[in-house]
Amino acid sequence: MKSSVITFPGSNCDRDMDVALKKFGFKNKMVWHNDAELPKSDLVVLPGGFSYGDYLRCGSMASKSKIMKSVINFANSGGMVMGICNGFQILVETGLVPGVLLRNKYLEFICKNVYVKINNKQNTYFNNINNEVLKFHIAHNEGNYFCTKDQLKEIEDNEQIAINYCDKNGKTDEQFNPNGSIKNIAGIFNKEKNILGMMPHPERMIDPSLSGEDGSLFFNNLINNLK
Amino acid sequence: MTVNEQIAIDHGLKKDEYTKICELLDRTPNITELGIFSAMWNEHCSYKSSRIHLKNLPTKGKQVIQGPGENAGVVDIGDNDAIVFKIESHNHPSFIEPYQGAATGVGGIMRDVFTMGARPIANLNSIHFGSPQHKKTKNLLRGVVHGIGGYGNCMGVPTIAGQTNFDSSYNGNILVNAMTLGLVKKDKIFYSKAAGLNKPVIYVGSKTGRDGIHGASMASASFDEKIEEKKPTVQVGDPFTEKLLLEACLELMAGDSIIAIQDMGAAGLTSSSIEMASKGNLGIEINLNNVPCRETKMTPYEIMLSESQERMLIVLENGKEEQAKKIFDKWNLDFAVIGKTTNSKKIELFFNEEQVADIPVNTLVENSPMYDRKWKKAKLPKKNKIKKENLKNLKIIYVLKKVLSDPNVCSKEWIWQQYDHTVMGDTIQKPGGDSGVVRVHGTDKAIAASVDSSAVYCWAHPLTGGKQVVCESFRNLISVGAKPVAITNCLNFGSPEKEDNMGEFVECVQGIGEASEYLKFPVVSGNVSFYNQTKEEGIKPTPSIGGVGLIKDYKKMITMDFKEIGNTVLVIGKTEGHIDQSIFARNILNEKNGPPPEINLFNEKNNGETLLKLIDAGHVKSAHDVSIGGIITAVSKMCIKGNKGINLKKPKYLINEIEYYFAEDQGRYIIEVSKESLKKVTDILNKNAVHFDELGTINEGQLFIDEKTKVAIDDLRTSNTNWLINYMSK
Repeated sequence: MKSSVITFPGSNCDRDMDVALKKFGFKNKMVWHNDAELPKSDLVVLPGGFSYGDYLRCGSMASKSKIMKSVINFANSGGMVMGICNGFQILVETGLVPGVLLRNKYLEFICKNVYVKINNKQNTYFNNINNEVLKFHIAHNEGNYFCTKDQLKEIEDNEQIAINYCDKNGKTDEQFNPNGSIKNIAGIFNKEKNILGMMPHPERMIDPSLSGEDGSLFFNNLINNLK
Repeated sequence: MTVNEQIAIDHGLKKDEYTKICELLDRTPNITELGIFSAMWNEHCSYKSSRIHLKNLPTKGKQVIQGPGENAGVVDIGDNDAIVFKIESHNHPSFIEPYQGAATGVGGIMRDVFTMGARPIANLNSIHFGSPQHKKTKNLLRGVVHGIGGYGNCMGVPTIAGQTNFDSSYNGNILVNAMTLGLVKKDKIFYSKAAGLNKPVIYVGSKTGRDGIHGASMASASFDEKIEEKKPTVQVGDPFTEKLLLEACLELMAGDSIIAIQDMGAAGLTSSSIEMASKGNLGIEINLNNVPCRETKMTPYEIMLSESQERMLIVLENGKEEQAKKIFDKWNLDFAVIGKTTNSKKIELFFNEEQVADIPVNTLVENSPMYDRKWKKAKLPKKNKIKKENLKNLKIIYVLKKVLSDPNVCSKEWIWQQYDHTVMGDTIQKPGGDSGVVRVHGTDKAIAASVDSSAVYCWAHPLTGGKQVVCESFRNLISVGAKPVAITNCLNFGSPEKEDNMGEFVECVQGIGEASEYLKFPVVSGNVSFYNQTKEEGIKPTPSIGGVGLIKDYKKMITMDFKEIGNTVLVIGKTEGHIDQSIFARNILNEKNGPPPEINLFNEKNNGETLLKLIDAGHVKSAHDVSIGGIITAVSKMCIKGNKGINLKKPKYLINEIEYYFAEDQGRYIIEVSKESLKKVTDILNKNAVHFDELGTINEGQLFIDEKTKVAIDDLRTSNTNWLINYMSK
């Protein structure tokens, strides 16, 4: 399986993602934001970081990068595109997924382990994962997902919510919401479910010596689903 | 403007220093030249009060590749890998403008590390604030934490450990010390020594603006009531540009076009160009019209003294300019040829085709002032006689909870949760342990790092305090299973012009030297920050020690959380019942006098090295050094982290229960061993003449003390976690 990770100026989880994808068998290529063409890919990843220093609005300048035209075309023709953290912020700025990401409710950067409940398994990302709850890791300042009432209804009707923040038993109460996201939303799909944007970093959970291994579970499953 | 003595004094120079400048030049300097002298001769850049003492520090060892004198120290960790590291202060700016002050402190130290060719792999910090009740403390704390996070998080370098203290002596002068570790191949280290004639001198990075002019001079003076006026001397950081600069520099460094490289830190273009010329025994000629400027009509004086951030100076091989420029263009950074190396041994500046400065390099460096300041030797205070009946009335659980919730002991999770500590995917021990640990990417090795200071001990007796900080760093590395390699120090003191403060400095340095010599734990880099003083009030002497250790097989790393019910817990090292200067004496008995605990370097080394043997043999399940708060505080933290309890039993010593549990005797560790290993462990300890007491057995979730008193671990956790959260949310 071939994957591409886009490096924007200020991306800083691009290497981590490269390491993770390769560990689970992807042939990964790093792609510079100023390139025009995407290499042939089964998966494109927009990594975490601070593209363009988060200036103007997180993800907004990166969403206008040269490579993004190809990424958008790829996504619109059904290609698998995953945005993690800043990558998620870029995705909402392109409009590929609905909503916006506001500053965290308590106005502080948060770096910690969180539990997320898989809300929809009828897609290439989560199909065949047995667990209902995954232990992931977040590290962000602007992960407070927000959308209009109409958008929310549409998202819910189309089952576009991918994961919600929860406790280890899958309870999605407000008290397990780290950043104020509407409905504890940690990640969403586009309507067709080929695009996934999420705040948690599965690439930081791929080794028992790190925070945990639910990232390994995620990537292993993803490559198997793609095969 | 014609320069005169008054203008020189306004630049922070002393009268006789100005006279010396005129003599060295054999004329009156012009204003640009005076600015350059004032920048190079201030305390921050010249180390004029400290040099004479710092030269006694042990800086050598077979692991040392580069000691003090470069941008950072470098140590060998085997397999052609080396670690570049340094700690630096950004105290004065952080007090004036906490967010930018702290942020640019972090940015500056990272630049020092990647200037040498190393990719930063970990950040640490030591931050000290005034009393929690002081009106400025909360906002300063919030600003500093946001600033450290704002910069480090954006750079994508994990912040893996740190230290936060509160003491009223920092009410008017907070301390922000930032440390960075970088990883480099031993044969790809870059230095700042220029070489060769007519080599192009290149400016890269951000444009030069009017920010931070005289920052280094500001950091070399005490504060007074006009401190608000100093805001413009604080630099403004842009971590995004620094991230680009990091990537661009590392890309250029992969080739072979760089002769020398130096970041523009304190005193900007002035100190960077002069240091490169001085080390290479060369001259440098710069055309200031070619310096990329952010603002129009900047004068030579402003260009030379600006401390705009995220800039580097490079001496390149001839003919490599185009190739280098391409890299910086790719990263959208300025790249300008601003001058060349010469054989004049002078710094020669031109602006609008006129020469605006012409100074022999040696007058700025070798001939800079050096003072042997007067200092007063501190006496060892007399021991206090603690009345036994005062202790008898104290309820141990009450005292323990008070200690665990003390601002200097409590959990700092509120702080480190705001730092990205997991980016780069190699953090195997997060903040909150004895050391932070990151793997050397793609290998079995890991690097442990910690930062420590014990201002109270240093204040009570500087010589002992100086030794203690080094020992504490040694212990924090050993507790995670790392072999201590080397240290960096950040020496924060009051005014060197006051005999008491200078004495504190001299004796702390002496103590640091003695301990690091004995423990073979050399000092490879560091920085001195004097004048941490508002009017007459100076801070407690606060040397911060950043320690670096090596774990050969990261799977053998140790954490402090208790692992298994039924395992036995031992304390290594003898408990004599030293209460003076302990948190117990100071905060419970309200007794602030007396000597700090004694340091026995033989025991430190022997206990530490024996523990490393035990860890290496796989006998140790968890470990934690005993520091402030004594045995019971250390054990409680291990319980809290592991979500387990312990049945504690005091051995039959002559000392009182409270003294046994809260004493701050040095050289001690708590370790957890399995029942099966116990015999082997005690045999090894006995064979190595290491004193130990058996403390008890791990249970499900209660702290049971001598079969009399008990408390739930959840209860202790609440005491430990809540103070800071409550304080910051009020």
